[in-house]
Amino acid sequence: MTPLLEARDVVKRYGDVQALSGVTMALRGGEFVSIIGPNGAGKTTLVNVLTGLLRPTSGRVVFKGRDVAGVGPVRLAALGMARSFQLVNVFPALTVAETLAVPALARLGRGGRPFASLARDVEVADGVAEVAELFGLAEKLPRLARTLPQGDKKLLDVASAFALRPEVILMDEPTSGVSTRDKTAIMETLVQAARRIGVKGIIQVEHDMDIVFAYSDRIVALHQGRVLADATPDAIRADDEVVATVLGRPR
Amino acid sequence: MTGRLALAAAVTAAAAVPLLGRDYYATLMLPFFGYSIALLGLNLLFGTTGLLSFGHALFLAVGGYTAAYLGSTLGVRSLEAMLAVALVVAAVIAVPVGWLCVRYVKIYFGMLTLAFGMLFYSFLYKFYALTGGDEGMPVARPSLLGQGFGELDKTAYLIGPYYYYSLALCLVAAVVMWRIVRSPLGLSLRAIRENADKAEYVGVRVRRYRFYAFVIAAVFGAAGGVLLVVPTGLAAPTLAYWTHSGNLVFMLLLGGFGHFFGPVVGAFVFIFLQDQVMSVTQYWRFVFGAVLAAVVIFLPHGLMGLLARRADA
Repeated sequence: MTPLLEARDVVKRYGDVQALSGVTMALRGGEFVSIIGPNGAGKTTLVNVLTGLLRPTSGRVVFKGRDVAGVGPVRLAALGMARSFQLVNVFPALTVAETLAVPALARLGRGGRPFASLARDVEVADGVAEVAELFGLAEKLPRLARTLPQGDKKLLDVASAFALRPEVILMDEPTSGVSTRDKTAIMETLVQAARRIGVKGIIQVEHDMDIVFAYSDRIVALHQGRVLADATPDAIRADDEVVATVLGRPR
Repeated sequence: MTGRLALAAAVTAAAAVPLLGRDYYATLMLPFFGYSIALLGLNLLFGTTGLLSFGHALFLAVGGYTAAYLGSTLGVRSLEAMLAVALVVAAVIAVPVGWLCVRYVKIYFGMLTLAFGMLFYSFLYKFYALTGGDEGMPVARPSLLGQGFGELDKTAYLIGPYYYYSLALCLVAAVVMWRIVRSPLGLSLRAIRENADKAEYVGVRVRRYRFYAFVIAAVFGAAGGVLLVVPTGLAAPTLAYWTHSGNLVFMLLLGGFGHFFGPVVGAFVFIFLQDQVMSVTQYWRFVFGAVLAAVVIFLPHGLMGLLARRADA
């Protein structure tokens, strides 16, 4: 089966610093892949390359059979890829409903219409309602994003990526800054939503190893810009080198 | 509800001004209509999209000079024709200027718009054969909806048919802008203002929509510019001068760029305040500088922000 999203021998250099030194990885249909690694391993750089924000110094990024290296997030969104961010990233003065309407409009190709009535667009309203429901934000539709508690902001950020109805979604630490107790709840919400919306593949960067091992089909361990291991959770647990360098403690 | 009542009261009051017998105040309202239209456009760029232009007077000048050129050189009399041509010319100029400017944001956008405004000012000032240079171009009295109103003297024409024509155009402009702000484009623009990086990731074509906002703002600016030059009877290069752009920004801040009617309130207060202060002292610029400083420090959301807070309390 051809992968949905693939990085082939990706190198990313910032001046003298080599953030990625030949990374090859793939996401296949139906997979949940976690990228792990110590700080500075190149995780966020890899996500930025995969989502078209950064053009790799060399190597290719192939999404659904197309080379998408450096094409930019807008094109990728149109092709069916979305991402959420490590730090809470919302539109502070937009309401929850408006925040979800922005990607819904973009998906339908209506975001630039100057005279259409947004209030009367049933298709957008339905899309907003569905995603809000999935993320437990239905009661909060009229609230301004900046007035939401931290956990809800995080959910809203992820929900707005889901509102694009992407085939692939990349999440940079979806549970960072959230209490341990809430992490599982958020992950359950995400996985449920992905299933309902028809997301075909998920890549996440995550530090919480309980979450990583509980949800991943496959784990890619990065270290100093290289792939140290790319295997199932069980195989990763059994890999002494990964345990020593990435997990940092015996499990 | 209070808002609608206030709006209805304001429109009724505006319609009643010429009937009060104080012609002077009616003539002061004429630039108010022109500036209101221009500022509704400018605020789409600033209040909605988050791009502050310091060169928007360029487009008022485009409107003013188009009207003057059509009237003086080509003998066009119809104000509708002047408006239509001015809007097209403004859009044509806004395409390359906007395309270049929206590649930048914040101060860089502001400086680039300022530069284009000054370029246009120099063009108007130096191309004597086309623009009349520092003397500007006279603007002949246009016909309104095919009516010449030749029987009326200038003041009667201005505070009569022209006044209501301007008021009507201002209302039309407000309705059109109201729709734009509440359209899908309006929401996309607000998302861009709030967080452009995030907007890109949810599929918003940030640069393209900023460009749309720029062109729409330019078109509104030109419509306002046409209305401004008819009462004065002159299109002068100072229309495009950077202090004129500065006045537009001042009006936005004064009225409150965060509110739909903030620009309109700002234009009104600016014009009447300027009139009053100028009649008292020749140092009116000093007073205005102090007012601007006070607005920024004490009323960051402008007069409409103050009113909205009162209404909430």
